[in-house]
Amino acid sequence: MSSETIALAGVHEPSRPVGVLLHSWVTTVDHKRLGILYILYAILFLVIGGIEATVMRIQLIVPHNHFVSPQVFNQMFTMHGTTMIFFVAMPILFGFGNFLIPLMIGARDMAFPRLNAFSFWLTAFGGILLYFSFVGGYGLYGVGAAPDVGWFAYAPLTAKTFSLGHSTDFWTFSLLVSGFGSIGAAVNFVATILCLRCPGMTLSKMPLLAWLNLVMGGLVLLVISPLTAAQVMLALDRFLGAHFFDTQAGGSAVLWMHFFWIFGHPEVYVLVIPGFAFASEIIPVFSRKPIFGYPIMVGATVAIGFVSMSVWAHHMFTVGMSSYGNTFFALTTMVIAIPTGIKIFNWLGTMWGGRLIFKTPMLFCIGFLFQFLIAGLTGIMLSAAPFNWQLSASYFVVAHFHYVIVGAILFTIFAAFYYWFPKMSGRLYNEKLGKLHFWLFVIGFHLTFDFMHIPGLLGMPRRIYTYEPGRGWEIWNLIVTIGVVFQAVAILIFVGNLLYSMFKGVPAGNDPWDAWTLEWSTSSPPPEYNFAMIPVVNSRRPLWDIKHPEDPDWQYE
Amino acid sequence: MSQKSFLGGHGFSRAGKTPTNLQGDFLLSTAVISHEPIDSQWSLPYKGHVGMLCLIVAESAIFTIFVVAYLFYIGKSLSGPTPRQVLELPIFASICLLSSSLTIHVAVAALRKANFGAFRLWWFLTLVLGSIFLVSTAREWRHLIYDKGLTITTNLFGTTYYSLVGLHAFHVTVGLIGLLTILLLTLFRRVQQEHAKNVDTFAMYWHFVDVVWIVVFTVVYIIGR
Repeated sequence: MSSETIALAGVHEPSRPVGVLLHSWVTTVDHKRLGILYILYAILFLVIGGIEATVMRIQLIVPHNHFVSPQVFNQMFTMHGTTMIFFVAMPILFGFGNFLIPLMIGARDMAFPRLNAFSFWLTAFGGILLYFSFVGGYGLYGVGAAPDVGWFAYAPLTAKTFSLGHSTDFWTFSLLVSGFGSIGAAVNFVATILCLRCPGMTLSKMPLLAWLNLVMGGLVLLVISPLTAAQVMLALDRFLGAHFFDTQAGGSAVLWMHFFWIFGHPEVYVLVIPGFAFASEIIPVFSRKPIFGYPIMVGATVAIGFVSMSVWAHHMFTVGMSSYGNTFFALTTMVIAIPTGIKIFNWLGTMWGGRLIFKTPMLFCIGFLFQFLIAGLTGIMLSAAPFNWQLSASYFVVAHFHYVIVGAILFTIFAAFYYWFPKMSGRLYNEKLGKLHFWLFVIGFHLTFDFMHIPGLLGMPRRIYTYEPGRGWEIWNLIVTIGVVFQAVAILIFVGNLLYSMFKGVPAGNDPWDAWTLEWSTSSPPPEYNFAMIPVVNSRRPLWDIKHPEDPDWQYE
Repeated sequence: MSQKSFLGGHGFSRAGKTPTNLQGDFLLSTAVISHEPIDSQWSLPYKGHVGMLCLIVAESAIFTIFVVAYLFYIGKSLSGPTPRQVLELPIFASICLLSSSLTIHVAVAALRKANFGAFRLWWFLTLVLGSIFLVSTAREWRHLIYDKGLTITTNLFGTTYYSLVGLHAFHVTVGLIGLLTILLLTLFRRVQQEHAKNVDTFAMYWHFVDVVWIVVFTVVYIIGR
């Protein structure tokens, strides 16, 4: 593969001392290295967040368990939610976007490389600040000061009166800092995709991954900012004695709910749209067919982006909005199922009649399709306000959103890991271990989250640290916790596979999947400059055109 | 399918079209395939403008939340003072800030024509007008705090007033630092004609700060009173 990389003096220095190597990673502004830093950082927090989930499941395995105290349980669910959303899902998706977008649009870096590094380090220090709460503040006295107000931190629980010490301040400031990081990353995504495409790549010839990340970037700009604003207000309340969410002085607790969910619901789409992007790249390659309905996919994504900003109050049916408000948000929530359903049909249409190849990335994508459908269906159930009144804040809701976040988003992230691992590391992963990971994870996922719906229907509320025996919840909680064991083993196999393949894997070559987008035209791992010559493209599948000069795509597009 | 054939890349190709160049070896330069010469007019938007527009979108969302909070809490204070009792219209300061949009526009136009004298003059005038606005806000706050006894903790009006106007004043301050930086660079002759695009990007931010003031003025001094 060395034939592709131009030997530039000083580019490929042989072995460098560890200090120099470390320094080069800390000071890097290269989009590929920053992407990998984002991903490694997120994997670290994935393990931490997973441990927190495991602690909760051990506590709930039998009634009247005393594995952890109620205080620790509160900290666990708060830290688990906050970590998984802000310090696992967001950075991992930013990491893949960072790594892939310039390569896929034929650019040599992001639009603002230094802003890119700045955004990563803001996100990183946000996470460190959040976890410093375990030792900082009152934690120094050995009692722990981790936030314990729930990941959506409803007022007035966050008021100075009810949340003493600095636990809530750690939560506020870590999200404020990482929020600025997210906004910086989104500015970079949008500017890169709009301004740095290689010649010939019009908007209608962009890979879907770039299109979907463009929509995601726009959404981040519009929805992370309200969270930032709300965090500023909360900090003003707690430090300067303002009264935004202080009900004693006429402030409104419901206003915080609105502000949080204006961020909180579109955030789901911020996370799932890059997941859609992975599926839209992987499913065609492993079906040996171009994506079905490209313009419709783009249109549906933009529609999801718009509609997602008008559904937030379906999280608030139980606070007592007017019947007009309930009706509006129930309807918009149901409407968003339409573009989402269109996308599912398009992926199925891509697979239909294709020559399916069941490699690990494809298996994860198929799992995603199936599970995302179910997650969408329980979503429609919950969008009906009367049904929601019955099940709000129960384990049914917990099962529903984990079906989205694990069953859809995490599955596509795993697919992306396996699919682009050869490009990032230059080596193939172990297929047998990959498939073992998939099957164990599918079994664990369904044991945990299928059966989690049932205690919810039986009335088990979320966030309780223990429960009475004899309510019919025991067996379901036991099964749910057993599923966690499968998932944990699967994750260990996944991490082990990546580590092993990183050093011992079979060299992958440029294009192990016979794929069609530009990142596969450069070496694996790509050189620092990505492309020796900036490519020129004529269709959505430039590599197909190279491989099949007798039947190029641009004749049909 | 075995790992071997997978590596070779043959196993995947469309039946009857097994390519010969699929060893993963095609050169980078072959990625340039053009059935017709690409239009030499291939041009994309300037990344500075797009980046600044993105930032403005995000900032607008932040201001929207503060404005919504302000509107939501109008008349909900449990105690005085009320806006009508203490607020006076900052007409002169507003005129200064809004006209600074004009002066910065003229300054950038002068830089495009490499007219450095005019650029320095109009840029300096922008800085002065912005500073007058900030000083006026400071005097207004001093008056409210020391003479009228209104602080951020007094009531909901104080909470929302100081945070919304303060958020805007913070953006003015950032803008003034930027204006001053560019002015210093100009005095050291580091700003050239080719930097007009960069300076223009900064001017977009300043225009945004001015437009936000129109919204804040309307909400705080007209609707809120």
